[in-house]
Amino acid sequence: MNAISRLSTAVSLAALMPLTALAGEVEVLHWWTSGGEKRAADTLQKLVEDQGHTWKDFAVAGGGGEAAMTVLKTRAVSGNPPAAAQIKGPDIQEWGELGLLADLNQVAEQNGWNELLPPQVIEAMQFGGDYVAVPVNVHRVNWLWINPEVFAKAGATPPTTLDEFFAAAEKLKAAGFMPLAHGGQPWQDSTVFEDLALAVLGPEDFHKAFVELDESVLTSTKMVEVFTALQKLRGYVDANAAGRDWNSATAMVMNGKAGMQIMGDWAKSEWTAAGKVAGSDYECLPFPGTQGSFAYNIDSLAMFKLSNADNRKAQEDLARTVLEPEFQQFFNQNKGSIPVRMDQDMSSFDACAQKSMVDFKEAAGNGGLQPSLAHGMAASSYVQGAVFDVVTNFFNDPKADPQKAAQQLAAAIQAVQ
Amino acid sequence: MSSIAVFTKASPLDALQRWLPKLVLAPSMLIILVGFYGYILWTFLLSFTSSRFMPNYSWVGLQQYARLWDNDRWWVASQNLLLFGGLFIGISLVIGVLLAVLLDQRIRREGFIRTIFLYPMALSMIVTGTAWKWLLNPGLGIDKMLRDWGWEGFRFDWLVDPDRVVYCLVIAAVWQSSGFVMALFLAGLRGVDQSIIRAAQVDGASLPNIYLRIVLPSLGPVFFSALMILSHIAIKSFDLVASMTAGGPGYASDLPAMFMYAHTFTRGQMGLGAASAILMLGAVLAILVPYLYSELRGKRHD
Repeated sequence: MNAISRLSTAVSLAALMPLTALAGEVEVLHWWTSGGEKRAADTLQKLVEDQGHTWKDFAVAGGGGEAAMTVLKTRAVSGNPPAAAQIKGPDIQEWGELGLLADLNQVAEQNGWNELLPPQVIEAMQFGGDYVAVPVNVHRVNWLWINPEVFAKAGATPPTTLDEFFAAAEKLKAAGFMPLAHGGQPWQDSTVFEDLALAVLGPEDFHKAFVELDESVLTSTKMVEVFTALQKLRGYVDANAAGRDWNSATAMVMNGKAGMQIMGDWAKSEWTAAGKVAGSDYECLPFPGTQGSFAYNIDSLAMFKLSNADNRKAQEDLARTVLEPEFQQFFNQNKGSIPVRMDQDMSSFDACAQKSMVDFKEAAGNGGLQPSLAHGMAASSYVQGAVFDVVTNFFNDPKADPQKAAQQLAAAIQAVQ
Repeated sequence: MSSIAVFTKASPLDALQRWLPKLVLAPSMLIILVGFYGYILWTFLLSFTSSRFMPNYSWVGLQQYARLWDNDRWWVASQNLLLFGGLFIGISLVIGVLLAVLLDQRIRREGFIRTIFLYPMALSMIVTGTAWKWLLNPGLGIDKMLRDWGWEGFRFDWLVDPDRVVYCLVIAAVWQSSGFVMALFLAGLRGVDQSIIRAAQVDGASLPNIYLRIVLPSLGPVFFSALMILSHIAIKSFDLVASMTAGGPGYASDLPAMFMYAHTFTRGQMGLGAASAILMLGAVLAILVPYLYSELRGKRHD
């Protein structure tokens, strides 16, 4: 909290001098409404208000932001969009094509965004070479969360390859534990599918399959292998998984009922909230076989074109504040993600976040940094939806044929192009 | 007002009286025309465009309908609707009629019992769905309770079984609506002329015979109303599925309304969503038009 108040005084002092007359209003559409997220959003509000601007909160609850997107479309169609909205990945391009997004190049230049951010992130934040959005955080999707106590009881070792993963699952099952805590919702099924794909295909073919949508990779024998692995993994999930929320699944690992969970690093916020410590109470491992790769899910705020000059100023201040190191630290410690700035000091973060940051930097350099498909970073929402349908249908059908599933996947993606 | 009326021999007041109903009705008429029929028309237009994320007007003809035809999930949703709608309407009608007939036997505490059966209707489908989700959840509800009581072999896991999950929707929907059907039929039964029943009794007809052959056939209009309302509930079912299974496991319990919402609003496939909405409207009209036709023709003969 200290860092925050120091930052806010610094910012407000700085803001006092040239811009006291330029107080604008900034309306932010977001769905950071759950505990830690809400705290993080409140901080942003405070930092912006300290610069003399008015913050108009436009929070629309509903985890995945579906409700928020519906509201945003209505507002945009009626010609009255908010100043900033939580939009991510390829959706930024969709909004950019509609010609609704503002140009942030000036702020970006003044604050050296080109040096701060990895090139893959810069590309996602730009439309037609202009910055139109500001990244807030980086989530890693390919994590495996394990309960070391359960592992010790079952005599299993933390896995580093897919074979070891299935061996560990077998041991957990034999010892009477639920091997894998999973929630049977389409996005969770697809998260698991995506991690398996990253492990089996490797980052290069992953990119070809889900970003370039290359049909030869989508129907390749490797893809059939991915589905086969998914079917095998299905055997280690309890029958009652359908419809379970991801945090209920995390709680099962926490209580020692289950041994592992495959989930992005937002799962960490559940562990943190329960007062557990990374490294002793729980362990975070890169999903077996994806060491060195980093499937990312980046939250970002896209800025809409505004006519009022004061409001425009407030919007730019908001964009600048989001990337300040203090906000990055506070926000990401609350959300479980890592800062998007490459130069961030990670010493006050926990072990998992530190490991994540090291992997992030390494992956950004060697092509291992890949957008998450299950979280709408890799391809448009149409493709994402098509993949969800095929994967979740396959996952829930015990008699499904992996060969056929790969064909269906390619056909479904083809159909929505 | 009255003084004016006196002086001008009431003619402005007459005019006002003639225009007042139209004036009062005009705003709601306008809202219905624009907000209802206008948007139906717009949806119809959108279903022929390539609209994705936002509406656009590049014409693609019947392509969206063709894509719908090829979409596995749409077929699952449509089959689910047939199965769900058929079972839901059928079972609700049977239970509703049965309850109404039993309640019609001049029993004590009828008002109290009637209220109990009618109360589920007062709940929103969201609440019904959530409550039944918990009751039918194998790790939480009836299944677990019976096994904890000692029936070890008992399995009731329809909610997580892709082949049976639709029946769970039927159970919850029937629980909610059969009381309402009962109320409709009870009102109808009370309107039946008692002298007919007495005449039948004098002729020596048994009670089931009286109901099956005489009373129920005379309740045709009630039957039609119940059928109409129930089929509406079935076709627009969204909240029940959304709160109970969210279409899962996989998309095994998807219904057309869920399909439409997902594609129009979350997947950015507005054209496809609009096409599915028009097909749903077609299904409603297919039920509604023959009914209205027979109703209106009946009126003319009166």
